[in-house]
Amino acid sequence: MNYWPLLGVAVIVVGFLLRFNPVPVVVSAALTSGLLAGFPVPALLALLGKSFVSSRMLLIFVLTLPAIGLLEHAGLREHAQRWMARLQGMTLARLLIGYLLLRQLLAMLGLTGVAGPAQTVRPLLAPMSEAAAEKILPVLTDADRDELRAIAAATDNVGRFFGEDVFVAVGGVLLIQAFYTQHGIELTPLSIALWALPTAIAAFVIQSLRVWLYQRRLQRRAAHAQSAD
Amino acid sequence: MLSIEYAYWLIAAFLLYTGLRNLRERHGWRAAFWLVLGALFGGGDYILAQQAAGNALPSELAGAGVIALALLAPRLRRTAHVESGNSERRLQSAIRLGHRLFVPALLIPLVTLLVALLGAHLFIAGHAVFAAPQMTLTGLALACVVALFAASAVARTPVHDGVGEGRRLLDAIGWAALLPLLLAALGQVFTQSGVGTAIAALAVTFLPTSSAFACLLTFALGMVLFTVIMGNAFAAFPVMMAGIGLPLLIQQHGAHPAILGSMGMLCGYCGTLLTPMAADFNLVPAALLELRNPYGVIRAQVWSALAILVTTIVLMWLFVFH
Repeated sequence: MNYWPLLGVAVIVVGFLLRFNPVPVVVSAALTSGLLAGFPVPALLALLGKSFVSSRMLLIFVLTLPAIGLLEHAGLREHAQRWMARLQGMTLARLLIGYLLLRQLLAMLGLTGVAGPAQTVRPLLAPMSEAAAEKILPVLTDADRDELRAIAAATDNVGRFFGEDVFVAVGGVLLIQAFYTQHGIELTPLSIALWALPTAIAAFVIQSLRVWLYQRRLQRRAAHAQSAD
Repeated sequence: MLSIEYAYWLIAAFLLYTGLRNLRERHGWRAAFWLVLGALFGGGDYILAQQAAGNALPSELAGAGVIALALLAPRLRRTAHVESGNSERRLQSAIRLGHRLFVPALLIPLVTLLVALLGAHLFIAGHAVFAAPQMTLTGLALACVVALFAASAVARTPVHDGVGEGRRLLDAIGWAALLPLLLAALGQVFTQSGVGTAIAALAVTFLPTSSAFACLLTFALGMVLFTVIMGNAFAAFPVMMAGIGLPLLIQQHGAHPAILGSMGMLCGYCGTLLTPMAADFNLVPAALLELRNPYGVIRAQVWSALAILVTTIVLMWLFVFH
């Protein structure tokens, strides 16, 4: 067993801990592991180049930028905020938990590409969350806004990850099935997908609870601010 | 027939446009960065076709291009996105246009949804409109184009202005956009270099294999740790299954394969929420939302991820050996 390629992992860990720019860190790690595994330089370059262009679909989110940029220029975020502020009964927790449920259900149907940070969080969910929070605490600091946006993105991620494995034809389930088939164990995708359901429910409850706790923290701060006046 | 290749060319065109605009504004490093990336996207199909045909030279050049991008990235200073137009004008426009502004924004998920659901059944004169591979993503690309034209109609702004605004957003995201692709490539290199098998071998050396609980815990935490390192649970799964899951848990301790596979993968997903290596879920959204802390999204996820992980491990322990 050749343990030397593990040094590539060390490069990543040290690079991220020292907060170097991640791009050269990642490329250095790839070169380190590849060279220590005994790849000749041309073969390593070819592997790097081929893997890079094979995952081009990961950059597809940039295509949303022109439409979103134009809409934001025309006041999309301002409108989303004004609308949220007017909506009676729509609280921060209801907005985010409703979105979480929708995102999980869509992911369970295999529709993970429908929503996402570029498609829905930046143009819609984040400004709406900020407006919903302003209804509780009218003066938000920049740090509050950052935290709200981060919570919106986190809610999107949790909904996506813990919904998608309940769908039978999604990559994760098929990968599990393919691994077992290779090793002589036959399973139906449905039996694998069903066992993702308990964690999906737990994830929904946990994330909803955290959103609700955050809202309560804002409400307490608002109460404090009022009693201080 | 619409296929994912058109989406790649569209991305390439957008990247090259961003590069050229930066060149005209004399931001040399940024221009070089986007132009090299645009060239890799535009040439991607050719590179893969040549590689499949046994000619490795274009792939090697692409690898050199990736290294060039790595050298250029630190020279791109992350500038905060300058909001275009003043806020008063945007507010006036928001009041004037009202809910009409939502229509193009909602068209992005809606058109994607329609293509994902109905795309396979659309034929024109006997030819499929959408190619089967990556149909949802092809739909997303189409949806972005439709939304851009709709936005331009709603806001009565030329389409070209939208592309210009998009380019400003892309410049604000900067090198973070590149990380998901680089990490996917790193995952490939790690796998081919045997990093995974080395880690699994190390874990098994120190493991008390007679204890079912110790094996299960090592498997679950190994999935998390490995996903944190590789940025992807799919890369961690085969390694942990081959190293611990199959020989120790299933064959020695009689674990239920479906439960072990399904919940083991979900433990890996908890790792995805914790790691900067899963850049497309953690670092790119932080850049997209213009957070001051690039790890802000991870920080918002830590407690959810840990709570879901503990729940999943407990569930696994309760069900997997019966």
